[in-house]
Amino acid sequence: MNMQSHGITPERLSNLKRLEAESIHIIREVAAEFSNPVMLYSIGKDSGVMLHLAMKAFYPSRPPFPLLHVDTTWKFRDMIRFRDDTAKRLGLDLLVHTNPEGLEKNINPFDNGSSVHTHIMKTEALKQALDKYGFDAAFGGARRDEEKSRAKERVFSFRNANHGWDPKNQRPELWNLYNARVAKGESIRAFPLSNWTELDIWQYILTENIPMVPLYLAATRPVVERDGMLIMVDDDRMKLLPGEIIQEKKVRFRTLGCYPLTGAIESDADTLPAIVREMLIARTSERQGRLIDKDESASMEKKKREGYF
Amino acid sequence: MTADVKEAAETAVTDYILAQETKDQLRFLTCGSVDDGKSTLIGRLLYDTKLIFEDQLAALERDSKKHGTVGEDIDLALLVDGLEAEREQGITIDVAYRFFATDKRKFIVADTPGHEQYTRNMATGASTADLAVLLVDARNGLMVQTRRHAFIASLLGIRHVVLAVNKIDLAGYSEDRFNEIRKDFEVFANGFDFETLQAIPMSARFGDNVTAKGQNMDWYQGPTLLEHLETVEVGEDALEAPFRFPVQWVNRPNLDFRGYSGTIASGRVATGDELVVAGPAKISKVKTIVGAAGEVPEARAGEAVTITLEDEIDISRGDLLSSTAHRPDVADQFAAHVIWMSDEPLLPGRPYLLKIGTRTVTATVSEIKHKINVNTFEHVAGKTLELNEIAFCNFALSSSVPFDPYEANRSTGSFILIDRMSNATVGAGMVWFALRRASNIHWQALDVDRTARSEKLGQKPAVLWFTGLSGSGKSTIASIVEKKLHIDGRHTYTLDGDNVRHGLNKDLGFTDVDRVENIRRVGEVARLFTDAGLITLVSFISPFKAERQMARDLLGEGEFVEVFVDTPIEVCRQRDPKGLYAKADRGEIKNFTGIDSPYEAPENPEVHIRNVNRDPEDIAEEVIAYLRERGFLNS
Repeated sequence: MNMQSHGITPERLSNLKRLEAESIHIIREVAAEFSNPVMLYSIGKDSGVMLHLAMKAFYPSRPPFPLLHVDTTWKFRDMIRFRDDTAKRLGLDLLVHTNPEGLEKNINPFDNGSSVHTHIMKTEALKQALDKYGFDAAFGGARRDEEKSRAKERVFSFRNANHGWDPKNQRPELWNLYNARVAKGESIRAFPLSNWTELDIWQYILTENIPMVPLYLAATRPVVERDGMLIMVDDDRMKLLPGEIIQEKKVRFRTLGCYPLTGAIESDADTLPAIVREMLIARTSERQGRLIDKDESASMEKKKREGYF
Repeated sequence: MTADVKEAAETAVTDYILAQETKDQLRFLTCGSVDDGKSTLIGRLLYDTKLIFEDQLAALERDSKKHGTVGEDIDLALLVDGLEAEREQGITIDVAYRFFATDKRKFIVADTPGHEQYTRNMATGASTADLAVLLVDARNGLMVQTRRHAFIASLLGIRHVVLAVNKIDLAGYSEDRFNEIRKDFEVFANGFDFETLQAIPMSARFGDNVTAKGQNMDWYQGPTLLEHLETVEVGEDALEAPFRFPVQWVNRPNLDFRGYSGTIASGRVATGDELVVAGPAKISKVKTIVGAAGEVPEARAGEAVTITLEDEIDISRGDLLSSTAHRPDVADQFAAHVIWMSDEPLLPGRPYLLKIGTRTVTATVSEIKHKINVNTFEHVAGKTLELNEIAFCNFALSSSVPFDPYEANRSTGSFILIDRMSNATVGAGMVWFALRRASNIHWQALDVDRTARSEKLGQKPAVLWFTGLSGSGKSTIASIVEKKLHIDGRHTYTLDGDNVRHGLNKDLGFTDVDRVENIRRVGEVARLFTDAGLITLVSFISPFKAERQMARDLLGEGEFVEVFVDTPIEVCRQRDPKGLYAKADRGEIKNFTGIDSPYEAPENPEVHIRNVNRDPEDIAEEVIAYLRERGFLNS
């Protein structure tokens, strides 16, 4: 009891070590129990951490599953470059899927709006890809601290044959015993980073020196102000609205997605420690940078019921 | 910022982060009922620890106007009640996980509902918690539910409890009232094995004694809730327990490396330690330990590692590596507490899947010894177990498994029960002790059906259908697989294409009709053998998808295991064990698969073997590994 005043019991695993071990356990459990798992790779920082953990989980073997990227064709060019480099550097199979019907109809965030674009090019495309390859488990990098409906999601989140999520009928999840049983056509989404917070993610990236897309770091980039957000002009498909002008600003991104839907923040943080410093004094939460959540405060739960990650 | 200042700031941040590396994590559970102010308390913790960001607050103010229950103030509870349905009903119905951090610790909060009909949710939250915060309303004092919460926390092995006497503002900040409740609880909790018990008077709504000392309670000298959470010493029982390592995954990148990956459930391990595979009792020594950051000389409970051993012994997923000095129990019968989590009642005699560690076996409850009234702790008799009920039961398993009593080890003493039809998680259990055969468990009367037969044989029947070109190595591999299964005590039979044509199918030729009939008969025989509980190996070229599908359709879901022996035709031709390719090339055999008749390769075989320059022994191991992973070899 003489340790009481110090609080920390020296023998306990640190927060990051405990999170790391728990994630590796989850990743291995999926690989061992499912016949055809896949890792959704969205190129962002959470995906980067998840992939790093997967490399550790199976070392010296390679992860026994491919990566899948659902490409809406509107991702930042830096993301695509980083994605291809990463798969090559790690020697992993990378599957890329784009919704062919969406492509044919030229679905895009400008003409169709964020909600339609996200539904067709992300949610539907993801379902198509999962069906096409018959994956029975898909890893995602979502965290419970991101958003309220995620706080109740299981680590092994069951999806019916239509990829739907039923928040009222989730399997109880006790200890570290995950129920991996699914019938044909059904699947699970596995979330190894469930218990990580954004701060944990950055700390881990920094201590493990995990490569990240440069867009997270501040640089001078061409942006326009639209709906109160700074949107980067990543290519010439971005048409300016009346009154809009392209400005060169030093900005960075807190989350990465389709460039027309991802708001930048003005920042000087051009190194990882600077980002963490900025984070520690942050006044706005992470998903603020994403247009898709703005529709309604319960919008994420609706999307997830429909099969969104 | 100038370059110097910026650099200094970055150094400071880097130092801060390095300091964070030693930051501890505490998982705790909050339980209380709707009116006790539980969500408000968690909202207060999140709010006060400054992790509620500005825009979340803006959204909250909007939502408060729609659903709020505290007038124009911000309703902190709305921060934490996640799902739409719950917000509309104004209650928390599921387990939600919240996060906040201080400089000392990161906290993971399992927020669980308090009503009796949500006992399963509370048990779920408690299963991973180090500490429980039990809320009571200062006006009401100890309630039936407080007793229930303490009991469930104790049953799930929580050793540290905080009694949060909330709404003390509504009890006039009365010291007497607080002491009365505290004493009541201390007397009551005496029967439980709590290591620490801290009572704190508080007002979550106004923030008294949550994160800061209350202005109105000079008489209280103890810690605030946050101070207590930051400093309470929660030792790790798992670290003191003997070494246990459930093998999750066999790590075999090449012939030179064979490692066993898993998470250390308890104890410590170092290179050179002697370990035993519980059950078969095979012993070896630790050669290397690969941790998350590379090779390490030792590792401890909670770490995910890969262990290699000095000796080549047969170890697969589901095995438990243990310290030789302190071995786990190994038995096929044990007594355990069970919390039932399904609308469908638990029926004694009905088979469920039981997952303990990394092993899944079939299990039945042979007897419900007694149910426990969660409010009075009285033992009551019962024939079945309904949703949210807790009982003490005897279990009979299809094969022996290694385990420890839950009291001694939360990892190796816990299990979940899965319904075999719906695949839902229907129960959670905590092993109390092993039962010996001698204690003569009384079995429910059973019809002798295929389940009974296969359980008796301790295996799940299956048909291993080896398909591939002539000379691909099907029969060689099948024969090694059968030998290995036999040595392992399995009951098997092999149907070989050539042999069957000498007997059962000697009336059939090679016309399309005859070929279909050939497969149909073999499929039917395989089905009968499956009924008898056998693992049947079929080694047939079976070049056409439709034929193989026909055989598959004859069998139950998951019983048909297609093993595609994928050997390039050039290799087969080179081997040509029966000289058939030479004959076909000379035109002496018509319709020869791969020459003048196609081979339709399987698209989704259960096992796909690329058989070039590979040792058939290794391939056979791969097939057996598949069977083991899929639970065909439950023992």
